[in-house]
Amino acid sequence: MRWTNRLSLGNLGALVILILLWAMILSGAGPEKHLSVYSVAANYSLPLVQRDGRDYVGLLEVLEPLGKVSARTDGTHWHLKYYREEDDFQVGKTRARIQGRDLELPGKFLVENNRGLVSVSSLSTLLPKILGGPVTLHEDSGRLFIGSVATHFTASLAGDNPPRLVFNFTAPVNPTVATEPGTLRMTFAREPVVSPASPTLTFGSKAIPSANYSEGNGTAVVTVHSTIPVMASFSNDGRTITIAQTSPGTPATSPAPSATTPAPGTSAASPQPPAQPAGPTPQVWRRYFAVVDASHGGDDHGETLNSSLLEKDVTVALARGLREELESRGITTLVLRDSDANLSLDQRAIFANADHAAIYIALHAASNGHGVRVYTALLPYSEDDRGPFRSWTTAQHSALALSQSAASAVAAEFQKRQIPVRTLAAPLRPLNNMTGAAIAVEVAPQGADSSQLTAPDYQQLVTSAVATAIATAHNQLGAAP
Amino acid sequence: MIPRHLLIALAVLLVAVLGMSIYAWNMRKTVAATPAASVDTRPLAPPVAGPTEMVALFVANDEDGSLRPRAAQIPMPSGRQQRAEELLRALLSIYLDKASPHVLGAGAEVRSVFLVDPGVAVIDVNAAFADTHRSGVLVEELTVASLIHTVSANTPGILRVKILVDGKERDTLAGHADISDFYDVTAVNQLATQLAP
Repeated sequence: MRWTNRLSLGNLGALVILILLWAMILSGAGPEKHLSVYSVAANYSLPLVQRDGRDYVGLLEVLEPLGKVSARTDGTHWHLKYYREEDDFQVGKTRARIQGRDLELPGKFLVENNRGLVSVSSLSTLLPKILGGPVTLHEDSGRLFIGSVATHFTASLAGDNPPRLVFNFTAPVNPTVATEPGTLRMTFAREPVVSPASPTLTFGSKAIPSANYSEGNGTAVVTVHSTIPVMASFSNDGRTITIAQTSPGTPATSPAPSATTPAPGTSAASPQPPAQPAGPTPQVWRRYFAVVDASHGGDDHGETLNSSLLEKDVTVALARGLREELESRGITTLVLRDSDANLSLDQRAIFANADHAAIYIALHAASNGHGVRVYTALLPYSEDDRGPFRSWTTAQHSALALSQSAASAVAAEFQKRQIPVRTLAAPLRPLNNMTGAAIAVEVAPQGADSSQLTAPDYQQLVTSAVATAIATAHNQLGAAP
Repeated sequence: MIPRHLLIALAVLLVAVLGMSIYAWNMRKTVAATPAASVDTRPLAPPVAGPTEMVALFVANDEDGSLRPRAAQIPMPSGRQQRAEELLRALLSIYLDKASPHVLGAGAEVRSVFLVDPGVAVIDVNAAFADTHRSGVLVEELTVASLIHTVSANTPGILRVKILVDGKERDTLAGHADISDFYDVTAVNQLATQLAP
């Protein structure tokens, strides 16, 4: 009996030690894992749970903010209804029946307290079937993008002494900013900010040599490396962040942005931006009336017009000329590609759509044919939009009549100036991805000599005709703010 | 002592071997000196046998950027899919001609056409078709409209058309015309009307 008592006391001691150890482990455990979901309807964050060595998330919780959804458990089956479509999951199995078709999931489907849990890795195959739209999953960093909601950014150095690093975002952002000697870190917890073409950006400056992009646990982080003390200031309604040297007496932590316009793709769940920032006077966000896109660029040369002339170079010259002509008529204009940069078609569409410009004008050049062709989108075959989602490939659908009207106005102006012109539909991206009026202008020489495309007088003739037509159609296209 | 007839047979064989060697050496020299005939990469002509039919091909013209109907009498098989393939091969034989109003690059070929119910046609062209295609919005659009309108006008029931290159999806034909998605035949028919001379 004494022996038994000693053993019990020993066991009790071991138990206490185990509890203490467990508490210590828990106190030192990493932060809870999250999945950040970004969509047109809402941006939100969901906790993840670990089962069978995988990250799991509640499927109903993922879908609830996106549309009308319900679920019920029936024995070993878990039924999910999203709008009118019903899907069937089997508890403990990897096979599910989605939209009437069998689908193999990467992990077993689990039910806990009537909550249907799916592995995070399943979402990239499961959600496109349920939602009927594209879904991009950054599994390692716990970020899920539903539809084309990503916020892109560019970074460029402005000014030499002192240097300023300017970040331009396609939508307003509100990161938390932290500084420590040598670095300034911007953490985007709620914004669907995505990586630039290269995660490391170098600027050739001794003061601000580089910045890099990383992701982890549902957030995106941009870290700016500097050899001088720097601070971040916000302008352009939260779309521009400028990193500049700290003024004497200025706190190292940056002011928060002001925002008067909600960001596209953010919901009530997004943080309410604080009021007026300190520091430099914020600019008012400038919405451009026209977005002019110099097609091609970088590795994409477009047509080789002759042995020494590439389409991408002609389009940049035309774009700059058109901006000048439009702005001289009081039309605010943004040139999407003002250098020999690579810019994907999706990026072009995202920039123009995010700006809500009244008209998007893509410029092309060709050696074939004579005069000018004005194009509107030839929309691809598409099924109906599903729920709150609009098909990316036919986003132009509701604005097509306005685009055709703008194309007719541009063609009429060319006819007035006796330049041969045709209006046509064309399967030309990104016209079909635009949510506002969108046209493309393809400029060919009037004769057989393609070098006319670089002649300043011919370029001016073309750009002034387009600008005059846009100015004439200004009211129809919608007044710029 | 070797029998005499064996010596004679051996001598005859040696002479034959020597003669054959000289002949083979000459042949090799002749072959090396003859220039290799250029490979005709054009698609095979439609089979000459079998009943012919009058069909309408929609031929692109670069001069005025138009799509013109051209009647052609070509042998047509009975299978719906094979008929679509023959139509496009007849169309391509026009484009591969030196005097074509819309020249395609050497070696351009339609590999096959798949008709998938309900109302889906998939046109699979070879890599040379896209790789040698001239770049430009109109010139690429003319090719795409010509292929799709020719197939859909002669094959009732097609609602949408997909173009593949060597069996794979591509973003554009030659930098401009988007071929990543399905074409809506109704929209292409309207485009053909716009492109009519």
